[in-house]
Amino acid sequence: MRLAILDSGHGLGTKALFALIHAVSRQPVLDVIKLVKYRADFYGRPMQGVTQEAMRGPSAWSVGDRELMAALVAKTNACEWCTKAHTATAEGAYRNEAKVSAVLFDLETAPIDEPLRAMLRAVRKLTREHGVSTDDMRAVLEAGVSREQIEDALAVCFAFNTVARLADAFGFYAPGRKAFQAGAKYLLARGYR
Amino acid sequence: MADIRQARKALVVRVLEGDGRASHTQRRAAFDNAGLAEPVSTLIQKVAMHAYKVTDEDFAAARTSGLSEDQIFEIVVCAAIGQATRQYEQALASLEAATRRN
Repeated sequence: MRLAILDSGHGLGTKALFALIHAVSRQPVLDVIKLVKYRADFYGRPMQGVTQEAMRGPSAWSVGDRELMAALVAKTNACEWCTKAHTATAEGAYRNEAKVSAVLFDLETAPIDEPLRAMLRAVRKLTREHGVSTDDMRAVLEAGVSREQIEDALAVCFAFNTVARLADAFGFYAPGRKAFQAGAKYLLARGYR
Repeated sequence: MADIRQARKALVVRVLEGDGRASHTQRRAAFDNAGLAEPVSTLIQKVAMHAYKVTDEDFAAARTSGLSEDQIFEIVVCAAIGQATRQYEQALASLEAATRRN
């Protein structure tokens, strides 16, 4: 990571926690954990409140749908780290790797329902162009997505348009697939708290 | 429906108005991506618009300008939240307009 404090500036209690995570998971502690645990009162704890609600709060979108949105936000931001992390989590949530790969490869031909496709188009546009038009939003509504569902998807966009920027700016180290799968398993069991 | 309004507001208030090592003015400027001098303005512009282009040199330049690691940590966090906030609020406004005309 580009800031040494994010790698090794944590308090002793947090360092002990990292040692425990490493011992139990047999995987390196993911850089996102190091980020949220560094001076957690500044960013980590308040952000976890947002992310937990966006990703695991009540919603007509499934956990898999929201993880897929997160993966698409990450991919559109060209954030390799977050793309790998949330691809693994979406695959785990759906128990379907092909579906997630298909969406990330070509949204237009992927085997998903039309309301989700319409929502994902808007998610991608908002991320890529930093905004969406009234017509864009109307197209999503006309595809059968409720206003509440759109707000839920925008919450996912807020969370991961923040996190993807931080992952790339701070230079998160991307470990192997097994580490991301272990992270995904944790996120599906415990959420973002 | 998931409701992030309170949690998001608390996050923004915390990073902009709470205690920190960077000044409130610096944090606000990074959040707004406006009113920063070089070389920090380049770093913050990249974080906001294309974070994958951030380099080690951008961080080195920020350090050379006199910022500590904690100050850089804070302003980068503010820049990321600021851009995500502008996107989010713009999209909510478009949704509001689309719903009104329906």
